[in-house]
Amino acid sequence: MKRIWLALLVLVGGLFGGAALAQGVTLHISCGAVGNELTLCKDESQAWAQQTGNTVVVVSTPNSSTDRLALYQQQLGAQSDSIDVYQIDVVWPGILGSYFIDLGKYFNQSDLSGYIPALVTNDQYEGKQVAIPWFNDAGLLYYRTDLLKKYGFDGPPTTWDQLTQMAQKIQAGERAAGNDKFWGYVWQGNAYEGLTCDALEWVYSYGGGTIVDPQGNITIDNAKAAAAINMAAGWVGTISPPGVTSYQEEDARGVWQAGNAAFMRNWPYAYNPGQSADSPIKDKFGVAALPKASTPDGQNAATLGGWQLAVSRFSKHQAEAADLVKYLTSPQVETERAVKGSFLPSRLAVYDDPQVIQQNNFIHQLKPVFASAVARPATATKQKYNQVSSAFWTAVHNVLTGQAQANQALAGLKTQLTRIKGTGW
Amino acid sequence: MQETAVKKRSAKGGISLESRRARTAWLFLAPSLIVIALVAGYPLFRTIQLSLTQTNLLQFPLKSNFVGLLNFKFLVQDAQWWRSVQNTVVFTVVSVAAETLLGLGIAMLVNAKFPGRGAMRTAMLIPWAIPTVVSAQMWRWMYNDVYGVINDMLMKLHLTDKAYAWLANPRLMLPAVISVDVWKTTPFMALLLLAGLQSIPTELYEAARVDGATPWQNFVRVTLPLLRPALLVALIFRTLDALRVFDAIYVMTGTTPNTMSMAVYARQQLVDFGLLGYGSAMSVGIFVIIGLFVVAYVVSLGVEVD
Repeated sequence: MKRIWLALLVLVGGLFGGAALAQGVTLHISCGAVGNELTLCKDESQAWAQQTGNTVVVVSTPNSSTDRLALYQQQLGAQSDSIDVYQIDVVWPGILGSYFIDLGKYFNQSDLSGYIPALVTNDQYEGKQVAIPWFNDAGLLYYRTDLLKKYGFDGPPTTWDQLTQMAQKIQAGERAAGNDKFWGYVWQGNAYEGLTCDALEWVYSYGGGTIVDPQGNITIDNAKAAAAINMAAGWVGTISPPGVTSYQEEDARGVWQAGNAAFMRNWPYAYNPGQSADSPIKDKFGVAALPKASTPDGQNAATLGGWQLAVSRFSKHQAEAADLVKYLTSPQVETERAVKGSFLPSRLAVYDDPQVIQQNNFIHQLKPVFASAVARPATATKQKYNQVSSAFWTAVHNVLTGQAQANQALAGLKTQLTRIKGTGW
Repeated sequence: MQETAVKKRSAKGGISLESRRARTAWLFLAPSLIVIALVAGYPLFRTIQLSLTQTNLLQFPLKSNFVGLLNFKFLVQDAQWWRSVQNTVVFTVVSVAAETLLGLGIAMLVNAKFPGRGAMRTAMLIPWAIPTVVSAQMWRWMYNDVYGVINDMLMKLHLTDKAYAWLANPRLMLPAVISVDVWKTTPFMALLLLAGLQSIPTELYEAARVDGATPWQNFVRVTLPLLRPALLVALIFRTLDALRVFDAIYVMTGTTPNTMSMAVYARQQLVDFGLLGYGSAMSVGIFVIIGLFVVAYVVSLGVEVD
């Protein structure tokens, strides 16, 4: 009798289990739709769905990241389960962190060690791994290979001092040769988020910290940070055009791509337009890590941008969603994305993948940059990040435009940040 | 006599003709009053209500604490706010004055009869027809110190010997932004004034000519006094518009304290920082300042309210 019951139980269990397996669950994932992002996301999610017998619906979201954040806030604020997996910006874990599950349950330490360390740390909110890095952006140094050769330099500068000297020499030479519009170095000096990225690189490369440290302490008021900002202020009007303090990415690229600059700080996106058929600098430039300070504790620094994947705590299928995240951030999918869409992988190993080297060598060249990646203090400052960033770029901009001294500006910034912090971030 | 009789009779009958008329008038006005209450009254009420709270849009779940007038206390102490008020007022006064003078000149020019006047009037409107965000971005490029066309032209004409960084030099930023607004809005001003000019009967000029008036006397004694109503409407219209300036400044110089207007600062608080309470207090501040300008116009220029 007992045996019959047991057999029946197994049978019933098998039936249900089988049914669940055959039917699977339906997941919704939000993906960006810039370039071929959406197509790739659909194909990859479909591949996972077929492997696991589940269904994935791809939800497209606005291209503007501000609009996308607003949409996410509505969805999550309403505790909606209509999106399971969210694609989030690198500065959002602090803002949305409380709405995502701890992926640490599904990813163990050795899983996480495959990703770029600065990003893994960036995606931790109150001790939880709320997101997994997917693809990135980082600040790069673009340099003119032809001009470096012409003026007798072997390779790109490794320290800021070298960059300054090389820029001076090339600028003087090119101007003497008749191009009076030529400048040594262009970057993003306008008072906006881009200046926070540029200035964070200077400060961090001098060992001056990250404005606010991961524990939430305000660290910006220090001599190394002041030295770094003074260095940049010294470029304005000497090796950089006086208008650089109004430049955003496209302004800098405008000068650079017309062949009027020896060096440029920009994001990886500027590579492809520079190599387009009608570009005057086609095949005349390379990319490298940004220089470090010549001081003993100088280090390379590249501000991180990019996108992460997170699982909503309102999702009814969290285990499956986490598995989808694992699949999408796996080495083979990231390789495919690097080859087909030029998305920069969040895994260091993928930069050395033979396929990537063969098909998209530019990505392979960027590997050293990501080893020195630094994240903006967005996770530590949570919802107040935009206020912190705005206060920082305003202070730096005042120094760059000669309206304040670096040490005074940073002391004032500290006071201001203390007020913004209040009783806590 | 007859009127009083009518009044008396209807008073006996209950509702007077006047109050019946008033009731009909209210009935006809009701739809527009309701629409105004919904699209202007309610948002204003909500803004004032929010300005008394501390509400962070970025925080979930949305919490709203009543803090009384605390936000206004912060606002009064906020140096950046007063800087943006100053920027906005300078922007308004300089741009409106320049637009009025230039607009008047252009209006008189295209009011004269000459071949191709229709084409000229149409062409003149082009700057105004381009969306501000587009023209501001265009000017941003034209102002560039390395590849900008403005420096190139100035240098070719030997007016300067070096390139200026128009949008980076703290002293040149606000004048550069104001120039763009003048370029963009002068046609609109000219259009308003042209309409005023066309309403002046030509007989008056003929009479003036018979009296032997000089062109200057013509302008001061005939044109200006008769243009006054149109000029006042145009001035008030432009001033209120200029006080709300956002797009040109936001696109060209972002949130730099040197040029930030009241609206740009309020947007930063509301959208970027998610500070609904403080941003609303700022919006109320803008409302009050614009209100002051309206009162100043009405009082000093004796604009008829009804």
